[in-house]
Amino acid sequence: MATTTLQTTNGVYVSPTRQRVMGILFLVIAFAIWGFFGRTTPSGETTTFGLTPGGIESTVGDWEIPALATMNILAMISAVFGGIQLARGFGKRTNAVLGIVAAFFIFSFLTWAAAGKSLNLAGLLNSSLSKAVPITLGALSGLLCERAGVVNIAIEGMMLAGAMMGALIASLTDNLWLGVLAAVLTGALLSVVHAIFSIKYMIDQIISGTVINIFSVGITSYISAKFLQEYQELNNPGIFRPWPVPVLSDIPVIGPIVFNNNMFVYAMFAFLIIIHVALFYTRWGLRLRSVGEHPRAADTLGINVFRTRYMAVILGGMMAGFGGAYFTLGSVGRFDEVMTAGRGFIGLAAMIFGNWKPFGSFGAGLLFGFADSLASKLAILGVNIPSQFLLMAPYVATMIVLAGVVGRGQVPAADGQPYVKE
Amino acid sequence: MSETEQPTNDQKKNFTRVLLEELSSQSVLIPILAVITGLIIGAFIIILTTEEVYEAWATSPWESIKVGWSAVNNAYTALFTSAIGSPTRIINALQSGDSLEIRRAFNPFLESLVASTPYIFAGLSVALGFRSGLFNVGAEGQLFMGAIFAAFVGYSVKGLPMIIHLPLALLAGALGGAIWGFIPGWLKAKTGGHEVINTIMLNYIAFRLSEWLLSGPMKRPETFNPVSPTIEESAMLPRFFENPIRFHAGFFVALGVAWLVYWFLFRTKWGFDLRTVGANPHAARYAGMNIVWVTILAMSLSGALSGLAGANEVLGVNHNLALAFSAGYGFDAIALALLGKSHPFGVVLAALLFGTLRSGALGMQLAAGIPIDIISVLQALILAFIAAPAIIRTIYRLKPSASGEDGVMLRGWGEG
Repeated sequence: MATTTLQTTNGVYVSPTRQRVMGILFLVIAFAIWGFFGRTTPSGETTTFGLTPGGIESTVGDWEIPALATMNILAMISAVFGGIQLARGFGKRTNAVLGIVAAFFIFSFLTWAAAGKSLNLAGLLNSSLSKAVPITLGALSGLLCERAGVVNIAIEGMMLAGAMMGALIASLTDNLWLGVLAAVLTGALLSVVHAIFSIKYMIDQIISGTVINIFSVGITSYISAKFLQEYQELNNPGIFRPWPVPVLSDIPVIGPIVFNNNMFVYAMFAFLIIIHVALFYTRWGLRLRSVGEHPRAADTLGINVFRTRYMAVILGGMMAGFGGAYFTLGSVGRFDEVMTAGRGFIGLAAMIFGNWKPFGSFGAGLLFGFADSLASKLAILGVNIPSQFLLMAPYVATMIVLAGVVGRGQVPAADGQPYVKE
Repeated sequence: MSETEQPTNDQKKNFTRVLLEELSSQSVLIPILAVITGLIIGAFIIILTTEEVYEAWATSPWESIKVGWSAVNNAYTALFTSAIGSPTRIINALQSGDSLEIRRAFNPFLESLVASTPYIFAGLSVALGFRSGLFNVGAEGQLFMGAIFAAFVGYSVKGLPMIIHLPLALLAGALGGAIWGFIPGWLKAKTGGHEVINTIMLNYIAFRLSEWLLSGPMKRPETFNPVSPTIEESAMLPRFFENPIRFHAGFFVALGVAWLVYWFLFRTKWGFDLRTVGANPHAARYAGMNIVWVTILAMSLSGALSGLAGANEVLGVNHNLALAFSAGYGFDAIALALLGKSHPFGVVLAALLFGTLRSGALGMQLAAGIPIDIISVLQALILAFIAAPAIIRTIYRLKPSASGEDGVMLRGWGEG
């Protein structure tokens, strides 16, 4: 796929068709907010949003808004955006505006669902953030591999194996950090297999990934059935407790949501920044990306394509193993068979949705995590939408993105192709 | 493509010569060695995870080897007797003349065939995709869609004679799968969205869809369990023996479909187009083949075959739709399609092997206490060895194949 971006005076080029499609989409969303939500809400009802996650002493009061007026205002702004988009276009800011309009839609939905009731918005966001952690780490794993041109659909398997080894070693040594280390090493070990298969033996990378996925499901379930269920003391690692960051956790609203979490959340933010900077602002990152885009050219310039790819895949595996540790050591506190439940694949989806960029992946992960945590709240709110449809949303959204409706993704050009040295 | 380019090559080779060539080249030898190597490594896993081996180590290393050997022996004997049947039990049953006992004695073998049937369909599905250069990771989701459609037709349509109702239910299953294959096929052909990602996404969408259907619209009214109503008797694939034998007509349907796929791939123009696109899309485009059409056709057919796998399970074995009824047939199918070299007959053989392993592993779990999940490990190992024949060649000191590269390589990721 061509990755050239045509430059115009306005910045990034947006095709006229896309400009029109987006404009119409904004109008449709505006209409949906007004039609579906606004018209079914009796006027005069207020929606109450809780601003402090559960289990923490409340420092700020609840946020009460008039439901109908809020929705009408959001619908109007969306419609204005649609009009501007159709008339002259937002150019390179199109996607940002799309994000804003989508956020309006989601907020209107929440306002509508909780009209006349109260919804703990902070709790919802806090659990979205927690659920985004494994998805984002999985996406970062895929990102490291694919930016160097190796497709990794084995994130799921690496996470699962990491989750089990993390629980096992942490239980045996009674040390959570050693558990994390074991999980990371397990991910690395499996990624070495993936790297040797796909780089040395040049096996199709999907097949190699499938091998690892089937193997991981098999071996973790085997060990779990044979040992972990029989000897409970092997499967009792405990979990990392939330650690409030001094000062920052006292910020109203944001503090309790973002800065009162366990180690994995902070580590995710750290990795996001490190990988973003390393990939796009260092020589190392430039080399890695060049291997993913045009390995022949990179080779000609003296970059060791094989070594770069090995390194990228192994780093990716370590990231997936770390993400796996989140399940056992950061969230549940024990290993259950097939407990990753497709999070690795959602991570892959988040990577695509995020356009092969760290912060894009995080945004997608947050969105998917939000859909996940909202799904469990729907029944409580008494909304008559089956939660399964919300849980489907990430997959459908990814397919839409992949189809190029929201603009072409920047797939690394040599993604999935083995390199043969001449 | 001109009409003179009919697929004549395959027809002219006579069968025995082809067979000899296949045997002498390594295309048969390597799968066999892969399976054997997989079983050997499986044996080591069993030894390493048997606690008695470590306890015996305290006595002497020799003792520990003996204990390990007997653990493996127990496990694989249990695997064999629960997959094929125990010879002594069969002889005793025949001598006693008790018909229930005879049925029980022969049941393991027939049960293996029952387990093989969905593997045949799903394996054919993935193989058909491979032949056209497409990687259908979505067999599992298509299987669920097939099961949903077949179950719906099975219980909601009433009063039809079996001769109409059963084919209708099977076709509904094929249609359900075909729709789930058509979507990624169409997306691939029209937008370039890679079918691997799209089929993975569709797998999860299908799971959620079945979850939702079973929580409401398709739920059996009188229970709280997420299970559909039992299908009408006229939609059930007929069974040939009384209880406890579940062997049903689906097995023969599967064999028939395998032959149909063979005929389609190697004897028809569409099949030829499909294989050409798979072998070399650039040449196919140059020859004027309609790649868009071929891609959509291949994915839809592939989906239909997986749909039949789901329909087969509903109409032949479970007689209803339940949550997560599939034991990952769709993913194992990738391994067995490769094991069968993406040839319909090879797929049938590979499916028989996998079905036998899975049905035997169930007995092994009960008799020898080896968790059934060891089978997934074996399947992964076999898949790895098939995909990387170089590993097998290194272990057994084989010379590289004369016919050139035998690995499977699909159309690139980034290219549309």
